[in-house]
Amino acid sequence: MRLPLLKFVFRRLLLGVATLFVVSVLIFVLTKAMRGDTATIVLGREATPEAVKELRSEFGLDRPILTQYTSWIGGVATGDLGNSFTTRESVWAALSSRVGSSLFLLFCAGVVSIPLSLAVGSYAALHRDKRFDNWSSFILLAVAALPEFVVGAVLVIVFATNVTKLLPATFYISPDQPPWGNMKGIVLPVVTLSISVLPYVARVTRAAVVEVLESDYIEMARLKGMQERTVLWRHALPNALGPIFQVIALNLAYLAGGVIVVEWLFNYPGIGSALNDAVRARDLPVVQFLALSIAAVYIVTNLLADIGTVLATPRLRTRLT
Amino acid sequence: MSNVIIPAASSLASNGQTIQRPASLLRQALRLRRTQIGLAIMVLLMLVAMLGRYFAPFGETAVVGDGLPNVRNAAGTLFGSDYFGSDVWSRFLYGGRPILIQAFFATFLGVGSGSSLGMLAAYRRGRFDEILMRSLDVLLSFPQLLLSLVVIAMFSPSAIVVIMTVGITTMPRVARVVRGAALQVTERDFVAAADALGESRVRVLFSEILPNVSAALLVESNLRLTYSIGLIASLGFLGFTPDLSAASWGVMIQQNRGALTFQPWGVLLPVFAIALLTIGTGFFADGIGRTIAGIDRGKADV
Repeated sequence: MRLPLLKFVFRRLLLGVATLFVVSVLIFVLTKAMRGDTATIVLGREATPEAVKELRSEFGLDRPILTQYTSWIGGVATGDLGNSFTTRESVWAALSSRVGSSLFLLFCAGVVSIPLSLAVGSYAALHRDKRFDNWSSFILLAVAALPEFVVGAVLVIVFATNVTKLLPATFYISPDQPPWGNMKGIVLPVVTLSISVLPYVARVTRAAVVEVLESDYIEMARLKGMQERTVLWRHALPNALGPIFQVIALNLAYLAGGVIVVEWLFNYPGIGSALNDAVRARDLPVVQFLALSIAAVYIVTNLLADIGTVLATPRLRTRLT
Repeated sequence: MSNVIIPAASSLASNGQTIQRPASLLRQALRLRRTQIGLAIMVLLMLVAMLGRYFAPFGETAVVGDGLPNVRNAAGTLFGSDYFGSDVWSRFLYGGRPILIQAFFATFLGVGSGSSLGMLAAYRRGRFDEILMRSLDVLLSFPQLLLSLVVIAMFSPSAIVVIMTVGITTMPRVARVVRGAALQVTERDFVAAADALGESRVRVLFSEILPNVSAALLVESNLRLTYSIGLIASLGFLGFTPDLSAASWGVMIQQNRGALTFQPWGVLLPVFAIALLTIGTGFFADGIGRTIAGIDRGKADV
């Protein structure tokens, strides 16, 4: 790698770390401002002041706020996430299986939606203004606006309750089993997530491919009398790679947010439903960790997309000084 | 759905040379079928949401029939009773207004503050621009729903908090798009002329730059309204709503989904309403966006 390139990657990484730091401060401040005293909420209204005081010191809530932040962020950095306020278990022990389940869900949704949206988008672009392009654009536009839970509810009505009963409406699995133990139950959550993310990614893909196909070098290649297949695979595809990186990152970042509602809807035991529960119970360590990790997924995917785009685009690569 | 800038809107920046006024733009956009369909659906659903309650056969919390919950053909009702024994049809007619009103105010707040910041950043440039946009990037690194959840949990799910949260999470997304559109405008001679005449910054912003980004703003407002409706309905579905006994479409779906197999109306009606409302506003926004981008210059296709 050339030096300017290294410098760019380094600068971009630094910016990512800085953003992550500010995000962590923001999450910490937000969760600290939560309405109601955590110790009181955990113990209930009838708790004696002494018990509340004791619990506050157990949770470390009586320390100065700066100390609380540094000990939290230090813990995150070293893998010690503290204890959940409600179960008193270590946060990592309570969440590790949930993180795995959510990653599995994201993985499945990504495997379904990324190739599908790339295919739909590029097919529409290659057959621009033909019937497939017009109809897919119309349908995708309609679906794009729908909230995930509406998509999910319709799927449940059609496939799990009223119309047909092909699939289970909620995800059920015993706690000691991995999520892939119930592949039938994961179908609807995966389809819901994929439908929610497909329209946007397909539209971006279409726009990117159209732009490449309209460029001078593609026209040149065609004028040279090159075979259409060679034009597409040798000239168009490498140049569409940059935008496609962006698209995949967007897709993943979007899915990371989408799991919150979809997991709640299907009762899927992942971080989305854990976040819902933790927010309700004011379980600060859990909320902090989950919010930070979802934001981190967001930041890291965007970072990788930026770097990937520059590396994959000769024009951008050479412009770096 | 949310969190992302639709290409039609962001490509405005490069098409900013021809300035279009919203009124003529609307007329032009209405030649597209998708704008017509969108507007028709949108107006219909907004009427249902805003005025439906005046046609409701029962009160918002009234118990109907024998007071039994989830009866599909409860006496005197059109769509049966819900989980609480109330009339599904009446609850449905009552339940649109809170979502729509909150979404309107949230969009107004988010688009208002976001576009002001975006224009200011484009106009001031330099370090101010850099610092402002980087700080907004921090807000952008949260999915909109995640940030809303945390903020609403920390205060309370009252209407004001929902409006503020959705508005504030909308702000950076609007700011980015409007900054892009305004960057082109600030380089033009009339802005330099206004500056040279010694006009105040506020005046330059609002009477020189604003009219020239109003087309971008129109699309963005519509898109943001679509997303705000979806977001607020989702928050209701997750149970974050001021009053669980008050009718609201998102909450209704959550409350009645347990009885989906034998009394589906309590879920079906609000699901269709939210779907149609967001589809309508989405089509409308897209129609205007396309007209600006010149994709369909005068061509009336779907």
